[in-house]
Amino acid sequence: MGVRSWIEGWPVYRQLAGDDPTGRGEAVRSPRTAALTSRTETADSVARSVCPYCAVGCGQRVYVSGGRVTQIEGDPDSPISRGRLCPKGAASKSLVTSPRRQRRVLYRRPYGTDWEELDLATAMDMIADRVLAARAQTWEDVDEQGRPLHRTLGIASLGGATLDNEENYLIKKLFTALGALQIENQARI
Amino acid sequence: MAECHPVGFQWVMEAKRRGATVIHIDPRFTRTSALADTYVPIRAGTDIAFLGGVVNYILGNELDFREYVLAYTNAATIVDESYQDTEDLDGLFSGFDPEKGVYDPGSWQYAGHAPDSGDTDADRETARPLRHESHGPPIPAGTERDETLRHPRCVYQILKRHFARYTPEMVERVCGVPREKFLEVCQAWTRNSGRERTSALVYSVGWTQHTVGVQYIRTGAIIQLLLGNVGRPGGGVLALRGHASIQGSTDIPTLFNLLPGYLPMPHHAQHASFSDWVAAIRHPGQKGFWADARAYAVSLLKAYWGDAATAENDYCYGHLPRMTGDHGTYQTVLNMVDGKVKGYFLLGQNPAVGSAHGRAQRLGMANLDWLVVRDLYLVESATFWKDGPEVATGELVPEECRTEVFFLPAASHVEKEGSFTQTQRLLQWREKAVDPPGDCRSELWFVYHLGRIIRQKLAASTLPRDRAVLDLAWDYPVSGQHDEPSATAVLREINGFEVASGEPVSGYTALKDDGSTACGCWIYSGVFAGGVNQAARRRPGAEQSWVAAEWGWAWPMNRRLLYNRASADPSGRPWSPRKAYVWWDAGKGRWTGHDVPDFEADKDPSYRPPLGATGVAAIAGDDPFVMQSDGKGWLYVPTGLIDGPLPTHYEPAESPVANPLYRQQSNPARKTYPRPDNPLDPISAVFPYVFTVSRLTEHHTAGGMSRHLEYLSELQPEMFIEVSPELAAERGLSHLDWAHVVTARAVVEARVMVTDRLTPLRVAGRTIHQIWLPYHWGGAGLSVGDSANDLFGIVLDPNVLIQESKVGTCDLRPGRRPTGPELRRYVDGYLRRAGLRKG
Repeated sequence: MGVRSWIEGWPVYRQLAGDDPTGRGEAVRSPRTAALTSRTETADSVARSVCPYCAVGCGQRVYVSGGRVTQIEGDPDSPISRGRLCPKGAASKSLVTSPRRQRRVLYRRPYGTDWEELDLATAMDMIADRVLAARAQTWEDVDEQGRPLHRTLGIASLGGATLDNEENYLIKKLFTALGALQIENQARI
Repeated sequence: MAECHPVGFQWVMEAKRRGATVIHIDPRFTRTSALADTYVPIRAGTDIAFLGGVVNYILGNELDFREYVLAYTNAATIVDESYQDTEDLDGLFSGFDPEKGVYDPGSWQYAGHAPDSGDTDADRETARPLRHESHGPPIPAGTERDETLRHPRCVYQILKRHFARYTPEMVERVCGVPREKFLEVCQAWTRNSGRERTSALVYSVGWTQHTVGVQYIRTGAIIQLLLGNVGRPGGGVLALRGHASIQGSTDIPTLFNLLPGYLPMPHHAQHASFSDWVAAIRHPGQKGFWADARAYAVSLLKAYWGDAATAENDYCYGHLPRMTGDHGTYQTVLNMVDGKVKGYFLLGQNPAVGSAHGRAQRLGMANLDWLVVRDLYLVESATFWKDGPEVATGELVPEECRTEVFFLPAASHVEKEGSFTQTQRLLQWREKAVDPPGDCRSELWFVYHLGRIIRQKLAASTLPRDRAVLDLAWDYPVSGQHDEPSATAVLREINGFEVASGEPVSGYTALKDDGSTACGCWIYSGVFAGGVNQAARRRPGAEQSWVAAEWGWAWPMNRRLLYNRASADPSGRPWSPRKAYVWWDAGKGRWTGHDVPDFEADKDPSYRPPLGATGVAAIAGDDPFVMQSDGKGWLYVPTGLIDGPLPTHYEPAESPVANPLYRQQSNPARKTYPRPDNPLDPISAVFPYVFTVSRLTEHHTAGGMSRHLEYLSELQPEMFIEVSPELAAERGLSHLDWAHVVTARAVVEARVMVTDRLTPLRVAGRTIHQIWLPYHWGGAGLSVGDSANDLFGIVLDPNVLIQESKVGTCDLRPGRRPTGPELRRYVDGYLRRAGLRKG
């Protein structure tokens, strides 16, 4: 490396002599930086998504490599968010990839002092049995004047504002058919 | 807005850059205040007094947009002579029944309309006014009007009298806002409204979570109607909602009193038969689009029960469960405490931290047979039996707690496809990026397969109650290794289809009332028009107009701005060129413009309905509010609200001061749950301070999606209390030391942040201190702390049954709170001193 190229490679020189007087662009770019490739460029696929936190509805691009989410960025195409995300939206890759996230079914038996493991299919079957038992124990056919009630007040559900429209639709449809009325979500609070 | 909806706030900053004035009114100085032109600190719970003052300023100075007000609002309509105002009755309207604590609204109606009193108590229990999110309440056709606005019983004059005592001096006395500051807001707002200019009003749960929450928003709506700021670009009353699809879960409700599209869940007495139910929705003779409601109702039942739903069996109406009263989340939790509920599903909600009165929430869950929690992380509502605050106080002993708990891990937003409806009614479809890991599954998977298993188990049942389950149309295509049901198929059902061909309908006007169409949610009809998922449209914002009509899909019918007929004058011309939005093209005989016109496309502005017309035909060519039963924006609400036709300042259920405006202290119709485990402190020196809560930018609601994340927990690592330097001095608190807050329900500790973001206010001749807490914390996660929502009791707005969790009274003490059994004794000591508990 000659003296001249050594001096010209110096960021302060480039900052003073070049087109980047504030030193926030080309002037401070190193060969190492130039050789880097972002995860977004090498992703196998990109899903167009929406931020799961508040209701502004910022667009997200979800980058996937090897079947794993490698990056989530704001979608510049979105006329709502123009590519921006707030601290929560920017942390949403952690939300989905965190090692703290629970990935297995857990079961706490009555009077138990700790969690136990449980197979998902077994859990589903046990829950179905409990729904039917609670419904049978608390079913109300008619009121005191003989008018139809067709319901159970023995089963309640809470939550829906973080879920999809399609999911809310099926929740309401199934619980209504089961006669469960006490179906509520964050919109009530 | 900058704190909780920061990316949305970029548009406020864009407006500011172009010369808009930004005013921020809040009990606490926030990042929004820092960027506003004017910041106005206010006493929590007094916004109606403030906004009422603005109404009085507008009317007193005749600054209303008169042409708009006359043509588009009910200002000229004459009200019945039996109506008496809060001015006449010292804070009550006519018709109050002190025994039941409800109004008979018969005297509030328009003149000449027969009273339709109904059962207001039942309406309050079932939050009936919530139905009006998509449409106004019914009134008979024909109203008496005085276009000169001089008739003493016309709405304009009633409004003027009602708000006359909301003077700048009174605003100062009630809200603690100096009159100069108040007048500055009035002048900016009125100066920036009218033919050439519009102002927008933005609110959030700081308005809704009060015992007078609906009336807060009504007051804002009155101002915006008087100033001509509704249905016009740059105007509006904009609700910023806090969960990704909380609008969607209201439209397609997981709410006890509604069915999709704001159809009422049947009430055992009001809707005993199918025809009662349909008549109650339709109101024969009513004006507007709601007159076609039978088609929406029949199509919903066809979507639910498919081939089993026929004209002969009233489309399986008998399969619907019936309400008998309040089945809302708070009543349900109190029923859990009383052992009346067997099983509980929590689907992405964490009431142990997020709901008011956390102790009741947790003790209720501890008294169930079983609990199913579906979430991404082990939230406090899943682990309350193990490490909740009541375990620490000894009130809950794991070995004695019978609740069986299932924790089922959920799929995240990138591991499933589906649509969210964001805060401006816009549906946006998400593509799936990856499969969910391990046992994680979508709610769609969970509900579909739970239903499938239950139907299998009941397959041989002959019990009448099981017919509704077995008749259910529950045949969704599944795919993949986990048999994931198709969200697209569900969205198609929501959109609606012709039963014979299965073809999607183009919109709700194509729905039929003879069972030939099925539709899961009529207001979403059109989202799959032409067999295309319109919510998945992603034409880049830079490649389309500023309305961006080809990004996602907004209900109804992709209209981005509701009631936008009001953006043109009565003759159909834009009020001004710079505020043009939709207008009448006389040459083509059609409405046109930047957005989908929220009006019949070919209805001439000069159209006048023939005598006796009903439904859509009864809406005149200059009636922009097509979902209102008289086509007008309602300054005065003759029917449909539980607590009065006009907003009135009442003190919060807990307040340190007597109501300076009337002898009536708090909302007389508020929904209360008087019981020993839900004490409220009406007004006592034991709890001298006002407290309020809200969110931080770096955390989300009850923390289930933020306190488990490293970055966010590092950015906001700990629960804290903000107090003013003056209050810190009064109570001997030091910055960063511990302090605790005590209410009639709980005691909560946190680090002290002494900051001038809070300031003492002069209210009714004395100093009122307010403290602020974030409500995100609980015992689980990387960042843990006491839950601020434990401090609140349960008292609700009567119209929609939303709790008052933005204001209460408290004491504040230095140091940490007691622990173990001593903690409850400490709170009980306060209750005794406040006279709320004997002995």
